[in-house]
Amino acid sequence: MGEANQATLSGKAEVLAGMPDHPAIVAILAWQPDALLDARFDRGELTLTVAPESIRDAAATVQAAGYNFFEDMTAVDWFPSAPRFQLSYHILSHRLLERIRLRVLLDEAGPAVESITPVWPGADYYEREVFDLFGIRFEGHPNLRRIMMPDEWQGHPLRKDYPVEGYR
Amino acid sequence: MTDVAGTPILEAPVAEGAKDQHMVLNMGPQHPATHGVLRLVLEIDGEIVVRLYPEIGYLHTGIEKTCEAKFYQQVVPLTDRVNYLDPLSNNLCYCLAVEKLLDLEIPEKAQWLRVLLTELSRLNSHLIWLGTHAMDIGALTVFLYTFREREEILRLLEAVAGQRMMTSYIRIGGLSMEPPIDFLARVQAFIKTLPEKIDEYSNLLTGNPIFRNRLKGVGYLSAADAIALGVTGPPLRASGVDIDLRRDMPYSSYEKFQFKVPVSTDGDTWARYLVRLDEMRESIKIIQQALDGMPEGAVKADAPKIVLPDREKMKTQMEALIHHFKIVTEGFNVPAGEVYQGIECGHGQVGYYVVSDGTAKPWRVHMRYPSFATLQALETMCKGGLLADVVAVIGSIDIVLGEIDR
Repeated sequence: MGEANQATLSGKAEVLAGMPDHPAIVAILAWQPDALLDARFDRGELTLTVAPESIRDAAATVQAAGYNFFEDMTAVDWFPSAPRFQLSYHILSHRLLERIRLRVLLDEAGPAVESITPVWPGADYYEREVFDLFGIRFEGHPNLRRIMMPDEWQGHPLRKDYPVEGYR
Repeated sequence: MTDVAGTPILEAPVAEGAKDQHMVLNMGPQHPATHGVLRLVLEIDGEIVVRLYPEIGYLHTGIEKTCEAKFYQQVVPLTDRVNYLDPLSNNLCYCLAVEKLLDLEIPEKAQWLRVLLTELSRLNSHLIWLGTHAMDIGALTVFLYTFREREEILRLLEAVAGQRMMTSYIRIGGLSMEPPIDFLARVQAFIKTLPEKIDEYSNLLTGNPIFRNRLKGVGYLSAADAIALGVTGPPLRASGVDIDLRRDMPYSSYEKFQFKVPVSTDGDTWARYLVRLDEMRESIKIIQQALDGMPEGAVKADAPKIVLPDREKMKTQMEALIHHFKIVTEGFNVPAGEVYQGIECGHGQVGYYVVSDGTAKPWRVHMRYPSFATLQALETMCKGGLLADVVAVIGSIDIVLGEIDR
């Protein structure tokens, strides 16, 4: 609970001013300041929004900065808002004992993003799951097939315009 | 043959030269050693595994989709059903995530009872693992011993929650109710005898030459591979990575407990066996500390609009009745935001990612479960090994298909 009481920092400027020494921020700024679109520090969790085309390089950058463990990746469907899809990557540092969230926002039409499996092979199943349930494609993924639903299934069940019950 | 996405489906290789030596073998989904409905497609060269491809999804029920249609408090029973061998850890992780969104302070006694109960739940999970793992290897007797103790744990869970497996005892804002008066005494009586029971299992297995030969040097996983593939929990620690969220990123007042984190550098199936056996001993120490230092006080947070009132109050006080009615029929609004809460369960790191849009129903609940990631490492562990060792390796990573397929 202690962490949650820390002040919220919203917006890139505020986060950069409030936590200039954060290793992930330092690494991303040293690599490519333009790739960092937005930032937010809320409830003790740091969220960095990066440009969709640079997610793989951003992942490699934070990995080099000590965030060595890919913990989780999933998508959020913000239908009917735009941009519709959000990808959230949760990355843990075994050395710093801290987690960061990389966030990517994608438009509704043909959502696709570079796969991070070259950086962390463990993202394989997670990206397949997002492809299966949200219909977001991952370029360069070694085996982008449905993982939960049958191969011949139509539609992507975790999208908000997919009904919870009844006929599709 | 290709699927809808245009990617080739693994099938028997076409006979050309030496390649036709390889055989494609289907294992599961109805195979007793796959602990559920796991299907493995194996390409074997004689007895040697050349390629292993897990096919999952047979148990997919769309729990994450269901969560989006429920009130926050109605999600708690769903979490039990994801990993049905360690239900209280799931309850805890989800509740901690929502409490973080609500910025809710939990009474100390509830936090300590949560630690005690999740450790009992971890023991439950490890006892099932040990029994079934030994049974897969052929040591059938151990199963009968471990399920004797597991029955005791289920009785304890039934005493607090009224349910043996699907407990739903940990709720948003604390616990569902006070445990029965004799509960702590019963736990004390149980854990007093448990160390010698664990010695008993160890006597049956650790010195057993057949068991040792089946596990030693089998299913090797290096620390670098384990991190790259997202492996967590006992398999990660057996590969020499010293990380345990209970100690390193404490939650629910775990920072007040002293315990060792067993680590081994061997990275094989034997190391995973020893690490889990030691973890059971450490769990007993944590439970003992929780019993000795159990604080006094309430088990529910003082937040009448979020936490259901006690049954007696609901039936005698107007205010409590109104709150009860409001929570049950309308739920409670959770401030907008996104949180990720990670904890250490019996199998590894569980994580709940909860996104709120400010209403009474979660916008998105994502569950990170350890077996899902650990399954990716199965090919690395089994490649180049014997077909018969695949069963030993599956047993050693302790998978639960409910949490893989969700």
